[in-house]
Amino acid sequence: MSTVAETTLNELIEAKVEAVVDQRLQTLVEEKLQGLRKKESRPKRVAIAMVSRGTLDAAYPAFILATAAAAMGMECGIYFSFFGLNILKKKTQARLKLVPVGNPALPLPVPNLIGVLPGMTALATFLVKRTIRKKKIATVPELLQIALDSGVWLWPCQMAMDMFAIKREDLLDGLPEPVGAATFLAFAADADITLFI
Amino acid sequence: MNTTSARSVHVDETLDCTGLLCPMPIIKTQQAIKKLASGQVLEMIATDPGSIPDTQAWARQTGNELLEYRTDGDCFRFLLRKAI
Repeated sequence: MSTVAETTLNELIEAKVEAVVDQRLQTLVEEKLQGLRKKESRPKRVAIAMVSRGTLDAAYPAFILATAAAAMGMECGIYFSFFGLNILKKKTQARLKLVPVGNPALPLPVPNLIGVLPGMTALATFLVKRTIRKKKIATVPELLQIALDSGVWLWPCQMAMDMFAIKREDLLDGLPEPVGAATFLAFAADADITLFI
Repeated sequence: MNTTSARSVHVDETLDCTGLLCPMPIIKTQQAIKKLASGQVLEMIATDPGSIPDTQAWARQTGNELLEYRTDGDCFRFLLRKAI
């Protein structure tokens, strides 16, 4: 039979244990919620691997999606490798071309046999650029500047720079340092949207 | 001016995106809304038909409120309230 003192002591212990458990639980729940909030507040991320081509029709979708992503509050990075690097070169970025060979969807389809003739690429480029001007579509250099200004990462591929002997000063100003595959992959690993153009 | 506006909303800033094509209307909208204070209203006018779904998607994604949009002749007018 317990005495009055024992009962009081048991009650006290019980209350104390309950308080400690309550506090611990509250901390755990708060930590969990904080983690969830952090995850939710992270901006959506878009990773674009813009690999092989340095043509107008490759640059456009990449920059349109990248600038639109930035305007929607998303974080975006584009990786430029191989001929895609031409888009980041001072000398070539404003002179990207549209190649008619192997492109049966041109507004004026050019048979491949004719497309290979001298001047055909220049002609196709001239025509598409005229359309771009007429319709007031933003140019690639304009979109590129918007992308840079809105915080889109435009990574030059270090290996492609070595391969084509492109120096840092051949590239546009304001670009991030050239990186390798691992840097882009680490960025893309946390991406919500990944695109290959 | 179009009179089909369901409610009379005070417009703090007007942005002309007429003649601009994708993605310029939403880029300019984002730049313009950045300069506003929370709760202020931006009126955006565009002519690109793609701006109708795009502005809705932009608002959904960024949390800014699309109060209304209406067709006004060849133009589309959007009223966007900056998120708190």
